[in-house]
Amino acid sequence: MKYAFTIFAVLTALLLSYGLYQALVVAPTEQTMGDVQRIFYYHVPSAWTAFCLFFVNLVASIWYMVRRNLKADALALASAEVGVVFCTVVLVTGPLWARPVWGIWWTWDLRLTLTLVLWLIYVAYLILRKFSTSGQTPVIAAVLAIFGAVDVPLVYFSIWFFRTQHPQPVIGGGGSIDPRMLHAFFINLIAFSCFGALVCWSRYRFEIARRDVEERQALESLMEAGGAR
Amino acid sequence: MNYLFAAYAATWMIHIAYLGWLARRYALLRRESDELNKR
Repeated sequence: MKYAFTIFAVLTALLLSYGLYQALVVAPTEQTMGDVQRIFYYHVPSAWTAFCLFFVNLVASIWYMVRRNLKADALALASAEVGVVFCTVVLVTGPLWARPVWGIWWTWDLRLTLTLVLWLIYVAYLILRKFSTSGQTPVIAAVLAIFGAVDVPLVYFSIWFFRTQHPQPVIGGGGSIDPRMLHAFFINLIAFSCFGALVCWSRYRFEIARRDVEERQALESLMEAGGAR
Repeated sequence: MNYLFAAYAATWMIHIAYLGWLARRYALLRRESDELNKR
């Protein structure tokens, strides 16, 4: 398992390097926006990875609600935390792209607002997990995650069904794209997906180890208390 | 061009900060685990 992780990490690093090269060197400069359009190669794959991680969180939360499986609960927490990191990247790179193109950093457009709400929902989820001391915390968090996940399709389809400032989808939206741009985009999409999976895997292993240490500490305290009597 | 580099730099700074935080928590956990093993 340790070798699988190392091999996966090396492959991901190579893919990310290749993706960066494709995005900055190989992909042609877009005619209207110029070089700033290259933010697309990081912005969209980050959003995709965040959505995938929130989907993992949803599945793990449902799994926990049905089976009360502690590993599913650990996976739900790991995927939500890493998803928030990727969603933060989306919310930072978006305004950095909007400023030179739209002339503003932010607008209360439907997709932008829903993305911010999505980020806030999962930040609330993490705060709940961190500070709630109730034994019911995993159940409450799972319910919040299940309802919170409803925002993911709303964010995705908001530009399909409503008129927004955010650009229409390049792929599947009826427009055409240079094959070199498409190649750079897909390489980065795969690279970011692998990176997200790798970080989520690390975070999941950490969570399992943390719970094990906590359990051993609690057992030790009980034994010490028993010995003192 | 500045916005492009700012976006790419911000992306990696966020990821590196998170990975650094995770690595530090890992190191603390390992220390706690070692202490438990010693007892």
